[in-house]
Amino acid sequence: MDSNRTGWGLLAPTLIILGVMGLLPFLYVLYISFFDWNVFSASGQMEWAGVNNFRRLVFDSAFLGSLGRTLLFTLLAVTSELILGFLLASTLLRDFPGKIVFRTIHALPLVIAPIAVGATWRLLTIPGFGLAPYYLDRWFDIDYNIGRYAEQAFFTTLAMDIWHWTPFVTLTMLAGLTAMPKEPQEQARVDGANRWQVLRFLTIPMMMPVIVTTVFIRMMDALRIVDEVFMLTGGGPGNATRYVGIYIWRVVFPQTDYGYGSAMSLLVLYFTIVLAWLLFVALAQVGNQQSSS
Amino acid sequence: MTSTSFRKNLGLIATYALWIILTVITLLPIYWLFAISARSRVELFDVGNFIQTTFYAPNYLEPLTDPVFQRYLINSLIVATSNALLVSVLAVLATYALSRWKLAGSNNIFFWLITNRMAPPAAFALPMFLLFTRVFRIGQWTMFDTRIGLILVYCVFNLPFAVWLMKGIMDGIPIELDEAARVDGANRWTVLVRVILPLTAPGLAITFILSWIFAWNEYLFAASLTSVNARTITTGLAGYISVTGTEWGQMAAVAMIATLPALIFLIFIQRYIVMGLTFGAVKE
Repeated sequence: MDSNRTGWGLLAPTLIILGVMGLLPFLYVLYISFFDWNVFSASGQMEWAGVNNFRRLVFDSAFLGSLGRTLLFTLLAVTSELILGFLLASTLLRDFPGKIVFRTIHALPLVIAPIAVGATWRLLTIPGFGLAPYYLDRWFDIDYNIGRYAEQAFFTTLAMDIWHWTPFVTLTMLAGLTAMPKEPQEQARVDGANRWQVLRFLTIPMMMPVIVTTVFIRMMDALRIVDEVFMLTGGGPGNATRYVGIYIWRVVFPQTDYGYGSAMSLLVLYFTIVLAWLLFVALAQVGNQQSSS
Repeated sequence: MTSTSFRKNLGLIATYALWIILTVITLLPIYWLFAISARSRVELFDVGNFIQTTFYAPNYLEPLTDPVFQRYLINSLIVATSNALLVSVLAVLATYALSRWKLAGSNNIFFWLITNRMAPPAAFALPMFLLFTRVFRIGQWTMFDTRIGLILVYCVFNLPFAVWLMKGIMDGIPIELDEAARVDGANRWTVLVRVILPLTAPGLAITFILSWIFAWNEYLFAASLTSVNARTITTGLAGYISVTGTEWGQMAAVAMIATLPALIFLIFIQRYIVMGLTFGAVKE
């Protein structure tokens, strides 16, 4: 083996770019979070604030509300997608004519730009010429207006996320189910286990690594949702769909409250890391159980 | 007909029914987007008229002939293509190093990489904006509102993704092949170009295409780190809703244009999309 210098040399460009574009902004946001800094304030300068920004954060009910809504949104979206995706994947296990076509169309939303997904759903739900309000009113006599009703707006963003990302879960579950050895299930059926028992005690435990990976990726993306919701509702009505990404955006850019925005960014980053770490631990435990059993 | 084959057929019918409904659900919003993009302002409010028979071309022609929109489109093409190229090259070099050398702490580096991908962009938009406007500057020139700035920023999410995906592929190439070529007198560089690259080519193509799609689709950084010159098509699309008296037909047309390249790519990579979207963690 020749010297490690060549190896580090090959790795260097990647490390430098990610250091400057990934690590440096993190350190910078950490630094700013200890200052009062609003470009439109009286001085417009950075002023040392200690932990004031964080203290303010803990009592900021609007921000905490936004964080809560984001968590609720993530929980509902990921759970629905997981259940739907698992069920859909299990219908794709056997071959039937046209399966490839169905699967390809199902995967379509995955590659559409989130901002275009938002635009699409906006046109679907807009009062006046959207399909949804027109037919809901005509067929079910429902007054559907996501510009006015908070709950409808929340559930519409949820529906949009499920439309956009269930295919991802379907495809990962399908990959996992296909790769799984079939003998244990068949043996268990012969031994008299019913379908439910096979699912509960064999399929789901064996699928755990795939399930945890899928939940991990979906959760990270759901927590930081901005583009689609921004296009669909703009965070409204009121603050019904002002998820934490949009909330930070508003504090940072239109209001230019840099110090406070930094503190918020850090808290969100912290939440994301903690959740990611918890899932990583869960994944490791699943791995251990499987290798020991 | 025996009862088992009857049940089997019933199951098949149920499966078809389910997937036909799902296909309709998937396609309906996209169809409606298309329908609106083909309607003039007057036709727009005729919602009951579901089937689109006319095509109002100005919705497409107006943005496509507008120099500003053309610039957005060209910027998106340049940024996505350059970023995907850069990311693919760097990922090959990095994974070659990670896979063939025993570097101290390389496992930690590997995991640190993925944390970059998971960071919420909303949390990074502010420090990036401040760095770009105030710190990354040479004289009058700042990195704010430049294509090179976007190309580098998109590395934050694309490079970790590409490294994770390529690592699995690189590890799958037996090291004996390297050694055989080395015995024949090839140096490290020749091994990489002549032995490794041809074997990773399919994986590299997937990496390139998915990186391209992610860069093309990105909105938040493009919106916060550009103002005029380097704006991309996603920011152009978002711009339609902040203006009063929105041209909904045009907005739909732009959304269609923004969606088209990714749809074309989907046809090529649909078999590998799972591996790509899970960074190689789930393979088909």
